[in-house]
Amino acid sequence: MTRVDIYRGWCKRCGICIAFCPKHVLDADQGLFPTVTDPEQCSGCKLCEMRCPDFAIVVTKDEKGKARGKAKSGSATG
Amino acid sequence: MKKERQEERPSQVLLQGNEACVKGALLAGCRFYAGYPITPATEVTEVMAKDMPGTGGAFIQMEDEIASMGAVIGASLAGVKSMTATSGPGFSLMQEHIGYACMAEGPCVIVDVMRAGPSTGLPTQPSQGDVMQARWGTHGDHSIVVLCPSSVYEFFDLTIQAFNLSERYRTPVILLADEIVGHMREGVVLPSAKDIELENRPRPTVPPEWHIPYGDPGTGVPPMPAFGDGYRYHVTGLHHDVRGYPTTRKDEVEALMRRLFSKISNDLDRLQWFDSYYTEDAVMTVIAYGCVARAGMQAVREARAKGLKVGLVKLQVLWPFMRRTITTILDSSEKVLVPEMNVGHISREVKRVNRGNCDVLTLNKIDGTPITPGEILETLEEAYP
Amino acid sequence: MRETSHFVHKYLRSSKRFPHIWCAGCGIGIFMQALIRVIDRLGYSKDAVVMVSGIGCSSRLPVYVDFNTLHATHGRALTFATGVKLANPDLKVITIMGDGDAVSIGGNHLIHAARRNVEIASFIVNNHVYGMTGGQSSPTTAYGTKTTSAPYGNLEAAFDISGLVEAAGAAFVGRTTVYHTPLMERLVEKSLTKKGFSMVEVLAQCVTYSGRWLGLNSPVEMMAWQRDNSVTVEKAQDLTPDELAGKIVIGVLADRERPSYEDEYAKLTAEKLKV
Repeated sequence: MTRVDIYRGWCKRCGICIAFCPKHVLDADQGLFPTVTDPEQCSGCKLCEMRCPDFAIVVTKDEKGKARGKAKSGSATG
Repeated sequence: MKKERQEERPSQVLLQGNEACVKGALLAGCRFYAGYPITPATEVTEVMAKDMPGTGGAFIQMEDEIASMGAVIGASLAGVKSMTATSGPGFSLMQEHIGYACMAEGPCVIVDVMRAGPSTGLPTQPSQGDVMQARWGTHGDHSIVVLCPSSVYEFFDLTIQAFNLSERYRTPVILLADEIVGHMREGVVLPSAKDIELENRPRPTVPPEWHIPYGDPGTGVPPMPAFGDGYRYHVTGLHHDVRGYPTTRKDEVEALMRRLFSKISNDLDRLQWFDSYYTEDAVMTVIAYGCVARAGMQAVREARAKGLKVGLVKLQVLWPFMRRTITTILDSSEKVLVPEMNVGHISREVKRVNRGNCDVLTLNKIDGTPITPGEILETLEEAYP
Repeated sequence: MRETSHFVHKYLRSSKRFPHIWCAGCGIGIFMQALIRVIDRLGYSKDAVVMVSGIGCSSRLPVYVDFNTLHATHGRALTFATGVKLANPDLKVITIMGDGDAVSIGGNHLIHAARRNVEIASFIVNNHVYGMTGGQSSPTTAYGTKTTSAPYGNLEAAFDISGLVEAAGAAFVGRTTVYHTPLMERLVEKSLTKKGFSMVEVLAQCVTYSGRWLGLNSPVEMMAWQRDNSVTVEKAQDLTPDELAGKIVIGVLADRERPSYEDEYAKLTAEKLKV
């Protein structure tokens, strides 16, 4: 399964990741921070990570993942 | 190899001032030159274009003087001794980046072969009108070193010294020649390369993790790695902290400013460069620099022949102003005469440091023609105590 | 948080404080990430990369990255970069400039760098406005647009940066928007690996100023505008000038082989040293 970690310390709540996720995995929480609402839908395309102007998103694929990016395992907390 | 052997056997050569400047620069280790044609400095660019490829260094003709000065700083940061040459209008364009070199502490040499201004002025008549611009031409408070040659040999020698000082203090050094010194030809005996003492910028000796790019190691001059050496750091024209990052903290801003001034002002004793002639018993002394010092020399000789006790002090460093040297002259002479081909840039400084016991006389010429020995002699005779 | 183990973060200076200075949703950060990704992919040593910038919002980029970084003067990044490259041709020299920076005050340096063909990979982040000084017109502001320095509408025509640089002779020219992230990465990679002078024009949103002038009030609206108004070079070939009006043509605009200045100079040096 793919993990999408969002670091609130750097996030400026611009909404880009939420708006352009092809699978609608993300949504804004009450504080307008992006949050993963539908993790099963994530295809691991990393567009949210690549389009984050603040380096505040890290998408981590497991070994079987489809993403072309470097696979990283381990537990991250967002 | 053939070339080197020739350099080892000193013989007299006939050189133009601008050519001598190039010879000095290449012997000093200059391996990057960027320039833009302008009379009366063009020969520096032309001879550099011809001679630089044979040294393994790089030459480039840039699109203007702003670009030339930018390229010079870039090359300096990449670890190479670098230089440009120009005249008044180009010197004005370079001021932006001279300030950058002061702030970012990029050693480099700027040759200004002065012609009469302001603006496009008199192409191409001699002048000494850029003395104050050399001191204060770039905006903001800053320190600067300015040297002034009065002969072809001095142009050669002071070019080498300009590189040495720029490397020692990590600062731009301006070589203020004039049209006469730049264009005249004299027979000179150049020293061999092994007899020339060269200075190189201090380099870090500690690992990159320990290196503080803009810290004060005690001398005021931080060791300077070249881009590519493994010391990745940030260079900026903004006020910066010791790591090189932009800051607006007043303690950091003040510390940087103080260090940039003190690295030169703490060393003023080593920057009293002048030649004196007939000064032991002189009651009246001519203080001159550049081409005017040549006329001054002739005038003093003629005055001595007439029995006048007059002497000459020829300045080689214009900035920082040699207060110690000048006050000694002011204390020992009844009168001094400061002839200049401007409205009185250095005489104003002489008057500023005069403690009132000496008459400071001026002789200023701003019509694009040189001050003659006769004009200086006439003034000496009229004013002789 | 283990973001420091993430490869993009390996290139960020640990001694710099984040978040960075750019406004929420600013396009510069998106470009910066693409640049870092490509540098990582190409395996450049950090020590061999020199990043030079001018003055403006995008020119603040180098201070955040762990390379040899040079924050130069307004419009003059390419002059400094030229000196660095010629002094040490082994270094990978990259310049980051803005539209006002590169095309207005630095326009002369830009065309001559393209003509001269010193190997510099240059990136112009075009947000159509002077952001850092508060939203004045730039040479790429569209005719008629109201800005703080054109309160009655811009009276001037806009520059086509890519067309200008292509005409000046650059070895490689490309244009992208920050919305088109995969294309942006491809162009950055082509630029970094190109012999000679290359320039990629990166259209990026300035939400704070140009967004306001365009009536687009969020970064999302601005990136959607980028998406909806761009056509690829390939598609553009089939469109009439009328159909192309107001469209952003993205992709590779020029890619040609030209000897670089430093290669020509190296030949000259080799000849002279042999004699």
